[in-house]
Order: sequence, then structure tokens, then C-alpha cells
Amino acid sequence: MTVVVTGLGTTSPLGGDVASTWEGALAGRSGVRTLDNDWHEKWGVPVTFAGQLAVRPEEVLSRPETKRMDPSAQMAIVAAREAWSDAGSPEVDPERLGSIVSSGIGGVWTLLSAWDTLKERGANRVLPLTVPMLMPNSPTAYVSLEFTARAGAHSPVSACASGAEAIGMGFEMIESGRADVVIAGGTEAAIHPLPITAFASMQALSKRNDDPAAASRPYDVKRDGFVLGEGSGVVVLESEEHAKARGARIYARVLGLGMTADAHHIAAPEPNGAGQTRAMELALERAGLTTADISHVNAHATSTPVGDMIEARGIRALLGSHADQVLLSATKSMTGHLLGGAGALESVFTIKALETRTAPPTINVDEPDPELQVDLVRDTPRALPAEGQLAAINNSFGFGGHNVAVVFGTA
Amino acid sequence: MALAQNEVLEGLAEIVVEETGIDAADVQLDKSFTDDLDIDSLSMMTIVTLAEEKFDVRIPDEEVKNLVTVGDAVTYIVNAQA
Repeated sequence: MTVVVTGLGTTSPLGGDVASTWEGALAGRSGVRTLDNDWHEKWGVPVTFAGQLAVRPEEVLSRPETKRMDPSAQMAIVAAREAWSDAGSPEVDPERLGSIVSSGIGGVWTLLSAWDTLKERGANRVLPLTVPMLMPNSPTAYVSLEFTARAGAHSPVSACASGAEAIGMGFEMIESGRADVVIAGGTEAAIHPLPITAFASMQALSKRNDDPAAASRPYDVKRDGFVLGEGSGVVVLESEEHAKARGARIYARVLGLGMTADAHHIAAPEPNGAGQTRAMELALERAGLTTADISHVNAHATSTPVGDMIEARGIRALLGSHADQVLLSATKSMTGHLLGGAGALESVFTIKALETRTAPPTINVDEPDPELQVDLVRDTPRALPAEGQLAAINNSFGFGGHNVAVVFGTA
Repeated sequence: MALAQNEVLEGLAEIVVEETGIDAADVQLDKSFTDDLDIDSLSMMTIVTLAEEKFDVRIPDEEVKNLVTVGDAVTYIVNAQA
């Protein structure tokens, strides 16, 4: 069964919807800025910048909605509403509609604010909605509620691969016949002093406090860690049959999925990238494609000294000399790293790249790593082949050794 | 100083509007929280928690089931303040 993409939605550091986010990406804009708070002065939080949303959810949601949902769920709802309306608000049997929206971390703002309330104001002040707000399945549950999705509501958690895993599971949910339509994606709202400090404590974050917009620089020799971002990406997946029967616009097809685990280390990727490469190979195999069919890769590339090159070497090894014909984009250079939202936002980018036959740029690469043997799209977008069917890979990897590769194809 | 009934109603209505999105004009003394305003038990507990803070009163959990109408809650708060 063929699975197609009929709707896209996002709220990201580059814009409050897909049009503005994609426009920002093509323009090579950075969504990373200095945080307007005193976390550094107050507690010594070592990183003072992040990729915050361009449009706050409270600007588009009602007051009760923002009070009842953790920011991670608010962002998912904003993106899901856009995706659903973009898909033409399909009429679908609720029992054939699924929701798979993931978060890597869950309702961390709710959890930690409730703990503050308990300590500072006592147990009587802890609100009864705390649990439904902090649970990591809250975003998918709210999406299920909003769109009456009764085929199943899931939230696979795999750190920074969560959003891609959700889309992969959505693909499988339709392929296996459990649903005709699935609202799938990822979300994250972790720009909070504790996660920032904890990521910094493991030396994962860039500390370029004096030049935030230049901090996310995948493959550049001076990369020093990832930049925390926030936001959500959501896609509407649909069986081709269902989409065609209602005359839906088809953005792209989901052709293949590869998911593997490193079983190597709790946080560090396996140094040879074997699990990552195997995920890409499995995805191609399942798509019935060969490496020669691939025109574009949206890399996981978070701007960490070690991780970027493990992936790049794996891509080169997999594609061989064909790598010279593949345009590689590292869009986290502009958005920062949305953790559980990353694989979903980058799926949106990959789908837009196929739809418009344009690979978005990678910014801040002043001096590429001398080991880099891939055709990296730098600073300005580049055209993908104008004719014929195209296929592209979106890679997402997560702490815990999770590797997810999704292959999309032109409609 | 204790607030008058209309001041408590106004303050309570603000909480209900914030939590539920219900029109402030609908929050009247004779309205039932569940039957008229469609407020579920979690939202009710939220409103109670916020009202305790706003009016500096204590509303025991076992008392909440007796607060059927907005008027019941207003009366309880006015008396608890006294």
C-alpha cells in the first residue's frame, strides 16, 4: 500500500507556519537568538541562547488552551491544525484516523513548575491538570481529541529521533491497514534552565554565547555542539487510495523506513555509524530503491564535533561516488535542534524540498571539515533535478542509539 | 477585609473564564458548574485551587462536591473569609 503526504504544519524558530518557515530556510536565516532572561545571572546556566519559536503559541491559541496544555502540546496543536487544514480537513472515519505525535522529553515545563509550586507554596497549590499536562503522550492525546482520532494515539519516544519515528510509525500504521489517515509528527518545548544546563553539562551544547546566530554550524571546523531549539512539525499521512478518492493534493510519497539501534552507548553514537548506515540501507531496501535514486539528504547533523562526521562518513560510504550527485542539507544550522520535534520538522523540509525541487541551505559553514566528502548545500538553496521522480532521505538519530531514516519521494 | 458577594462572583468568574473559555456573562449565581457550564471534575478542582489562592481561603476536597452552583461556591468563599 502506498502512503502519501497530504498536509504539512509547523511552528518553528523560523516561522509560525510552513510558508514562513520554508521561506526563512530558503533565505538562510537563523532562528537562534540570545534568551531574554536572567537564568545565567541567577543560576549560572552556561548557555544564554536558543532557537525560540518565532510565534508564541499563546498568540494563536485561546487562553484556556494555553492553561490546559504544556507548551509542547500547544506547539503540536498549532502544527497539527495547520497540517489538517492544509490537507483539506479530510472526512475520515474516526476509527480509521490515527494520531502519532512524539516528544523527546515530555512536559518538562509543567513538571518543573509544579515542583516549584509544591516547594514554594505547598501541596494545596499543585493544580489537578499537572499530570495530564506533563505526561509525554499529552501532545498526541490532545491531537487525538481535537481531530477525533480513534484508530490509536501513540507517542514513540526515542530522544532526538522521536519525531521521525512517529512519522515512520504513521507510515506503518497505514501500511499495515490499521488506519487510512494518520496525523504524525513531533514536538518539543525544552528551552528551560534545567534541560539547557543538563545538556550543557554533558558537553552537548554550543557555548558560543557571544554569537548565537553562528552557533549552529554543522560540518564547520569550529562547530562546538548543538543549539537547543523548540517547536513542532506535523504531517498528514494518508493511504494513496484514500487521498485520491477525495481528490487531495499529494505533496510526496513515503517510500521507505529504516529503524535500528546501536546498542553501543547510552549517549554516544557508535563511532563507525554502522547502525545509522544500516537504517539508511533498510529504508532504501524497503522503498525498492538503490542509492543511485537518491537526490537529497536532510542530515541529522546537529553541529557536534563527533556526531556530524560519523553521519557524513556513513552517507559517503553508503552512496559511494553517487554522493557527488546528492545535495546534502543540514537545516539545524538555521532552526537549532528541536529534539523530539527535529525529525518531524526536517521531514517537512525534506517534503518541501521534493515538492519544490529545491534543497535548502546549510548556514554558518565558513570552513567545512576537511574530511567532509559530500556535496553540502551552503548558504543559498540549490536546485534538485527538474525532471523525473526524485527520492530523498531524512535522517534522525537520538541519544540511546536510536537511528531512523525515512525515504520520501516526489508525488 | 472580606469581599462582598458580587466581588467574589466577579473574581470567581475571572478564574472560570480563564480556565474554560466560557463567556463571563454565563457565570451566574444560579448556574450549575457541571450541568450548565459543562465543567468537568478536573477543571472544577483547578478552579477550586485557584480560588483558594485568590481569596485566601481553604476549601476542603470533601466540600467541593457540595458546591453545585456558582452561588454555592460564592457563598462558601464569602463565609470562609469571614
